[in-house]
Amino acid sequence: MATVKDFGNSIRPTWCPGCGDYGIWNALKRAFAASGYEPDEIMMVTGIGCGSKMNDYMHISGLHTLHGRTLAVATGFKLANPGMKVVCVHGDGDGYGEGGNHFLHTVRRNIGLVDIIENNHVYGLTRGQYSPTSRPGFRTRTSPSGAIDAPMNPVALAIAEGATFVARSFALDLEQLSGLVVQALEHRGYALIDVMQPCVSFNRAMDYDWYRSRVYKVEDEGHDPSDRLAAMAKAFEYPGGENRIPTGILYRREDVPSYEEQVTAIQREPLVDQPLHVRQSDDYQALVQAFV
Amino acid sequence: MAAVDITFRIGGEAGQGVESGGAGFAKALARGGYHVVGTPDYYERIRGGHNFFTIRASDEPVYAVGESVDVLIAMDSESLARHVSKLVPQSAIVLDEETSVPEGALDGYGGVVARLPLLKIATDHGAPVMVNTGALAAAAQLVGFDLEFIIGVIADNFGRKGSEVVDANRKVAQDVARVAQQRYGQVIEPGLAAREQPAQAVLDCNRAFAMGAVMAGCKFAAGYPMTPWSSVLEYLAGHADAYGMVVKHAEDEIAAINMVVGASHAGVRALTGSSGGGFDLMVEGLSLAASIEVPLVVYLAQRPGPATGLSTRTAQGDLMMAIYSSHGEWPRFVLAPHTAEEFWASAGRAFNLAERYQTLVIVLADDYASTTVVSRPAALFDYDSLVFDRGKLLTREDVEALEGPYLRFRVTDDGVSPRLPPGNGPKSVYLASSNLHDEDGHITEDPDVTVRVAELRKRKAARMLAEMEGPRRFGPESADVTFLAWGSSYGPVREAMERVNAQGGSANLFQFVDLWPLPVDKVRAALDGARRLVCVETNASGQLAHLLQAEMGIVAERLLRYDGRPLTARFIVEHLEA
Repeated sequence: MATVKDFGNSIRPTWCPGCGDYGIWNALKRAFAASGYEPDEIMMVTGIGCGSKMNDYMHISGLHTLHGRTLAVATGFKLANPGMKVVCVHGDGDGYGEGGNHFLHTVRRNIGLVDIIENNHVYGLTRGQYSPTSRPGFRTRTSPSGAIDAPMNPVALAIAEGATFVARSFALDLEQLSGLVVQALEHRGYALIDVMQPCVSFNRAMDYDWYRSRVYKVEDEGHDPSDRLAAMAKAFEYPGGENRIPTGILYRREDVPSYEEQVTAIQREPLVDQPLHVRQSDDYQALVQAFV
Repeated sequence: MAAVDITFRIGGEAGQGVESGGAGFAKALARGGYHVVGTPDYYERIRGGHNFFTIRASDEPVYAVGESVDVLIAMDSESLARHVSKLVPQSAIVLDEETSVPEGALDGYGGVVARLPLLKIATDHGAPVMVNTGALAAAAQLVGFDLEFIIGVIADNFGRKGSEVVDANRKVAQDVARVAQQRYGQVIEPGLAAREQPAQAVLDCNRAFAMGAVMAGCKFAAGYPMTPWSSVLEYLAGHADAYGMVVKHAEDEIAAINMVVGASHAGVRALTGSSGGGFDLMVEGLSLAASIEVPLVVYLAQRPGPATGLSTRTAQGDLMMAIYSSHGEWPRFVLAPHTAEEFWASAGRAFNLAERYQTLVIVLADDYASTTVVSRPAALFDYDSLVFDRGKLLTREDVEALEGPYLRFRVTDDGVSPRLPPGNGPKSVYLASSNLHDEDGHITEDPDVTVRVAELRKRKAARMLAEMEGPRRFGPESADVTFLAWGSSYGPVREAMERVNAQGGSANLFQFVDLWPLPVDKVRAALDGARRLVCVETNASGQLAHLLQAEMGIVAERLLRYDGRPLTARFIVEHLEA
């Protein structure tokens, strides 16, 4: 069985010292090992951004795609090879900005993807511009007078869209995050984990202490994750209020079939395991007869 | 010369069933032993507006519809106003007796106006909608065509709705034909007496391509509806469950192309397609496929741009886009089939080329090819003739037999790295990245690797060039006028060529199918000694002519049509003389 070490490689991350990506990196390796997966059984699809280089720094099957296209590529891969666990790792700019439309539609499909958003509320790799989750008034190179846009609430959006697993975590809480990834891997359908993550270089106002003083675990307050309206109320605590950030599983249900469970062609086996032609040659030749 | 060559035109309002009636009539004529070509002309609207469908039937192969009409089936009075002037002297008009004739619309018309109780008979048998059946039956009677072929197509189309529907249509057809026979007899001579002919398929190039894709083992398709590409997606979706395909109507074209890249990376044959702006949205995704070296087949059905342009009209305005779209420098194939059977075969060929070279193959169509139905011998679409080549696709066993690690992006002499899809054991663990990467897939910015990858792509491109065939010649080896064409121009240009030759001139045609990489040596050899080159295209700038000039210094006259309407032989001949 693969250990945490088996998911590592010799490449040193290029993240800044103190970056929240390190915490996510460790939590992922830990969760994969704890779930009993081998590196060739997980396809990690990432987008573009600092944290999307995650799969370059791991021993795992990886697809490092285009900015914002993570979920679309992952969807195609999953439908062709539903036998693999597909884990998406990308930032808030990738997942909620450039990839916003894919996010909307991937959620409502309930396709079997684990979607981890490294939500640091800023663009890091392009050196500090405001993101879809940035707070109003945030001054950056592209918002020199302070951002005017209201921040996106991805968690509320996901719940509204019929998501079946909606969670939030904090990059520094290795225990909680790896545990959530383990549960997301077991989930039937799409699982969102919105990870609160500091960017030590470009979003200094939201530093470790800022997050630490705000995050709390919903289970500690008796939250029932099967209650959609209660989950929605939790989702509206942040963004919106600034003082409390709920983490843990906000909403979860296991009675909704996943997308791939409902696609005829892959009921018996994944497309990748099927021969090029699944029917007798006469059946292919018969296609012409429809036009005669 | 053809013994019989009859053109029908069915005109009516959008929603009156002009297109479905036309397509059914074309199929019936083919079953009766005639070569047919049928093309719709419609507006971007679902109800209202004038639509018409033109069908030409002949005992000789036909390549394009013409301009003159022998039988006009006018489903409304506007059809009279618009099309009477196109009728030849010995011709007929089928008209419901209650349709008003606009004042002066028939002035000077010397043919037969068959005013028939179409609507009344249809209503008497239970449904006014059967007026279409009656109109087609009347047309059949006027040209001496056996009604049973029309009833047979109706039975195939409506059989699912039960025999009552079929029987009612049969009665309408028979009653109308009887009245038409009593009042007018057979008007067009010689008519369309049933002929013995090997079975013919009647289909447009979109469906030919889509059928070819199913036969080629396409496993995954994703797309977003857009005219005129949609019928490819619809055909694949309609056959997905029965033929083991996953077909996804995605949220947009960007999702579609990226889904296809993901599926192809997983190791299955995958395709997408679009038109105009939908293709624009896909362009970034093309470059992802190039970076991670996955096979990709994209069907591009052109329509006039820019922006929404003329959404239901035709143009060949996107050749340059097909060849040059995307950032960065990487090789691709661009193929432009010109007949239904070529479109059918090009699907399999595209998958083979895409997998052999782990690159993009664009198959170019245009609205005219996408929507025009033609009859072709069914035997041309022979599944057993297909060849399946998956290129350097490795199995888990292949890779586990290697002594060292498996390097997905190994630098090879032929520019293609053997491919093992992920999920195939411990050695299949690698990264595929849109960033520049080394042989093991990991990201690098090393200048030596940068050069090595660029040179790998060049070696690949050089081998791809050898796959390309030169233009195909039709007509005499030597001629005063050499037409150059690509895509759907083929039909009208070939007919124009035959007209020129029949009238004592001398013309031939070189049809370009393999457009990119441009096989310059083969093109040069083909065109060597040509006296006058005339490039015929449906665009405003002459994109093939430009390509030949830019790549080879060959200068051709440009005979261009760019009003959104298809080329015709007459248009070409007239503009050639001018």
